[in-house]
Amino acid sequence: MRPIEIVTQLLELAAALAAAPLFVGWINQCRAWLQNRSAPSIWLPYRGIRKLFHKDAVIAVRASALFRLAPYIVFAAMVVAAGIIPSMGTRLPVTRIADAIALVGLLATARVFMSLAAMDVGTAFGTLGARREMMVGFLAEPALLMIIFVASLISATTALPAITEHLATQKLGLYPSLAFTAIAFTMVLLAENARIPIDNPATHLELTMIHEALLLEYSARHLALMEWAAALKLLNYACIGFALFIPWGVSTAAGGPLTLFASIPVLAVKLIAAGGVLALIETVSAKVRVFRAPEFLATAFLFAVLGLLVHLLLGA
Amino acid sequence: MTPALHSPLDACLVILVLWGVIGLAGLVRPTSLRFVARGLFPLSALCSLALAAVAVWSLGVAPERAMLVVGLPDLPVHLRRDGLSSVFLFLLGAASAGISVFAAGYFRRGHGTSAGLLCLQYHLFLASMGLVMLADDAYAFMVAWETMAVSSYFLVTTQHGLPEIRRAGFLYLLIAHVGATAILLAFGVMQGGSWQFTFDAMRGAHLPAPWAAAAFLLALFGFGAKAGLVPLHVWLPEAHPAAPSPVSALMSGVMLKTAVYGVLRVTFDLLGQPVWWWGVVALAVGLFTALYGVVFAAAQSDMKRLLAYSSIENIGLIFTAFGLAIVFRGVGMPTLAALALIALLYHCLNHAFMKSLLFVGTGAVLHSTGERNLGRLGGLIHRMPWVAWLTLVGTLALAGLPPLNGFVSEWLLLQAFLFAHEVPHTFVNMLLPMAAAVVVLAAALAAYVMVKFFGVIFLGQPREAALAGAHDAGLLQRLGLAWLAAGCIALALFPTQVIHGLRGVVRQLSGADLPLEAAPWWLLEPIPGRQASYSALGFLLAVTAVVLLTILGVRLFYHRRVRRADPWDCGFARLDARMQDTAEGFGQPIRHIFGSFFLLRRELPSPSDRAPRYRVVISDRIWERLYGPLGGLVQRIADGFAWVQQGRIATYLLYSFVTLVALLALVL
Amino acid sequence: MSGVPLTLQLLNFCAALLLLLSFAMLSQRRIVNLVNLLAVQGSVLLLATLLIAARTGQQHLYLSAALTLGLKVILLPWLLHRLIRRLGVYWDAEPLLNIPGTMLVGVLIVVFAFGLAQPISQLASTATRNAIGIAVAVVLLSFLMMITRRKAMSQVVGFLSMENGLFFGAMSATYGMPMVVEFGVALDVLVAVLVLGIFFFQIREQFDSLDLHHLESLREEAGGRGRE
Repeated sequence: MRPIEIVTQLLELAAALAAAPLFVGWINQCRAWLQNRSAPSIWLPYRGIRKLFHKDAVIAVRASALFRLAPYIVFAAMVVAAGIIPSMGTRLPVTRIADAIALVGLLATARVFMSLAAMDVGTAFGTLGARREMMVGFLAEPALLMIIFVASLISATTALPAITEHLATQKLGLYPSLAFTAIAFTMVLLAENARIPIDNPATHLELTMIHEALLLEYSARHLALMEWAAALKLLNYACIGFALFIPWGVSTAAGGPLTLFASIPVLAVKLIAAGGVLALIETVSAKVRVFRAPEFLATAFLFAVLGLLVHLLLGA
Repeated sequence: MTPALHSPLDACLVILVLWGVIGLAGLVRPTSLRFVARGLFPLSALCSLALAAVAVWSLGVAPERAMLVVGLPDLPVHLRRDGLSSVFLFLLGAASAGISVFAAGYFRRGHGTSAGLLCLQYHLFLASMGLVMLADDAYAFMVAWETMAVSSYFLVTTQHGLPEIRRAGFLYLLIAHVGATAILLAFGVMQGGSWQFTFDAMRGAHLPAPWAAAAFLLALFGFGAKAGLVPLHVWLPEAHPAAPSPVSALMSGVMLKTAVYGVLRVTFDLLGQPVWWWGVVALAVGLFTALYGVVFAAAQSDMKRLLAYSSIENIGLIFTAFGLAIVFRGVGMPTLAALALIALLYHCLNHAFMKSLLFVGTGAVLHSTGERNLGRLGGLIHRMPWVAWLTLVGTLALAGLPPLNGFVSEWLLLQAFLFAHEVPHTFVNMLLPMAAAVVVLAAALAAYVMVKFFGVIFLGQPREAALAGAHDAGLLQRLGLAWLAAGCIALALFPTQVIHGLRGVVRQLSGADLPLEAAPWWLLEPIPGRQASYSALGFLLAVTAVVLLTILGVRLFYHRRVRRADPWDCGFARLDARMQDTAEGFGQPIRHIFGSFFLLRRELPSPSDRAPRYRVVISDRIWERLYGPLGGLVQRIADGFAWVQQGRIATYLLYSFVTLVALLALVL
Repeated sequence: MSGVPLTLQLLNFCAALLLLLSFAMLSQRRIVNLVNLLAVQGSVLLLATLLIAARTGQQHLYLSAALTLGLKVILLPWLLHRLIRRLGVYWDAEPLLNIPGTMLVGVLIVVFAFGLAQPISQLASTATRNAIGIAVAVVLLSFLMMITRRKAMSQVVGFLSMENGLFFGAMSATYGMPMVVEFGVALDVLVAVLVLGIFFFQIREQFDSLDLHHLESLREEAGGRGRE
């Protein structure tokens, strides 16, 4: 392991941990602007997390150890995922232990633990949230795999840094297959992160919620970890999107160590743009009924499949 | 054991004989539970362990043969042990060791078969499975195969006082025999006119392409009936709940794999050169089975039926890998065929451990609560922590989550699929990626099923007051559970070592080798140069390190105060255990999305009902669409022949006489 | 993809868009949107024609592009919109096969079409030959749409989209049909839509609906008696 690898790894982890709540704050701000509301501070998610850490944890009487362990596992899964995704540099030593498929597995592990924890207390909401979350999960995963398939067909590997490197260094051109998969990926991102067409992050209206229902019993530091993990998950998905579809500006093996520092502002610009786009999508679309979620994700799958077929036929 | 053990084959035979002896010993004091359960079953578990050890030892040993002169004159029993046998013998030994230990703590005095007889049937079952894997001629194979079917039939019908269990047993026996007939016909085709029924003769017979295809399809049908491929799966969800839990574990974990062994033996060894379109057939059937099984598993409310359907799903995945291997082999890409075969064998091993673990876990729950219906369980993690946490390992493994073992085989399978675009058949290479998507859908649905399984049984609040009296498993049961869980973890963390063990077999089957030397011991990198790698150990370490660091950080910088309170009730204040999702409730999205799979009968309450009642019965469309008409047809044909039955002795004698004369005329 | 000129990349992109539009049409149940999608399909076709014209420098293709613009982007959608307003049919009834099912069949059709086109594209000498598969797929998907819909209106849209697919196929295989043929086809299509428009009014007068299952009652044996 060379020093540059360790530096890249640590820098990425630190950036992800720090930027995740900020990214959520930025999206909320954009959304407020677009909806003609006065925007909350961009630092609000940080303050929320800090406040939660200081509170006393209240745990339901019937909760088991699984309930208390789950936030740590979910958080750890998201942190490890952040270490695998090449958001700044492709020289990541950790990525050898998990390729893109294992990354999908890692995210699934987090989801399963969240759902199990939600079922642990044994309230109606917990189980409702768990079942809906698992439903979105099994619908989104095939689409996500097809997306990864297209990217790995183009670059002949499933290791994310290698994919990024390949896509970043190949000749610029129009890739209909990547365009289709990018649309599919955006849809999967929205569904997996409980964003608007599938779930509303800003509501506790019980009949429609998915993500909030899972967290209903959590409080204090456990809730803080869960919220932080959710923010990290959103950031991770955004970074997967960058790695696959706009890989430029990432510090690659060909570039010198200094490109790593150049990649910080690049990432910031990408995140700012992505946040704006996400806020726009969430503003112009309405939440669909839970029963329509399958159609939404089937459409995402269709886009990914079309991307794959177009790639196989046109070679583009 | 005897000192004259020259070879692993001898050792295996000695163990099989020992199993037979233990089984017979059960008849000495057939009603003494103490003697049979506490005495004989642990001994049998030791034999299992020895078999597993011998199998590992024999992996590197060259194939060896033996000939036993028993049975009919001029028909000696040919035996042969090679790498493929060794892998499946290991599977048999290692899984049955845990199951037998568990069984030692499980059997109680009850109705039905006496303990001693049960012991005989159980060990006959074990020994016949071992013999299936060693047989080297069609006679020995069929005798072992049928012994396996019959002994397991008796085990399934242990509670033969109950009519539904007799019915389940009959269904099992029926389909087992339909399958066995097909296998027999497949052997008949494969002898290729030489009328030599040793496997050696079949290897040497060069069949014309249509006959080879016929043999393959017959074998796929016959072994598929045993494995539970749709539409021959109907016996699984009936027989598994009927059998005692250790027997279900053995049937699901091990016996289904004998079918996989058989189909591998026939396709890759006896037929030799598989054709690529056979693989497409197997792949299509496998994918459909996987999806069908997992969708039905998600809709079940009986925990053992749920696991039975989940077994169908896993068999589907195994046959998907099988089909993929044939496709690759058929189009001349042996390295990829080797990868697919590794995924297949790995999944067989994984499934043997995780499904046995879950079945014995449900056995422990059943033992302690007397309840199989998910809707009457719940909250058992507080009452049965050992069972709950050990079962959690199997649950996560079966859900295909890293870093556990189910993920390893799925990862390998998906890696194999990623190369499918290089297959030189346009339709195939465009459809295969979509087949991979179906595999992922099945895997993701399996996670759904497993969350339901674990969440409804072990988490939440107890749904019945009687559950308060549930007790944790005893020492022997815990030992069995722990052994199986440890197997899952070992298979999860050391994939490279396991694959090294499987390499010889895969080379024998596919003719190619996987170049694994390039990667360090902790890293799984099946095809070098593709930079696709996975390390469960590293994965586990990374996640654990972050978990520990987070806990440490939280404790260092903040307090660790915890208060206990009632859960949030939305101001309703009368939250009770019946408001949690039942199994039916949890399966609702599946019923909604995959509605066309099911035959649903629902009774919905109307708003004016005094005693509202909601009932939903889900049944298999296969019954209505296939078996119903088929049964009707058989019935009609039988009715047509009924006139033969005249009821007069003289008429029957006339029949015999006419037959005799006709045969004599034909022969002379 | 490196070294491929930009016009060709754009052409490939157009081909992919056409495929996407076919799927969008398959999933769309509002007839107004269907007609709009048809207009978009016409525009993509226009773009493709212009690109090929620019690439090969064949003058008659500009004429063909003008024809596409006039007929497929402007005139036909306008006619259809007028028809919709006059007839008052805005929604198609529930399709014969549900939407996810249709999509699945659609994907299989695309695979079939691609496999079918592989040998053909080997024969063609044009740089756009890869797109032939997409053209075949568009034709077959339009067929699928016509099969699964109930309303006559959607079937006309399917018919027109099929013609677009054929046109695109000819374009990518041989850089367009001879001008005479093209004019003939354009005229045919125009006349067909006009005739069908009249036909619709007749159907509606007869049955008070445009649902095509009413036509089933015109069958000799069962329907004739049923109506009496």
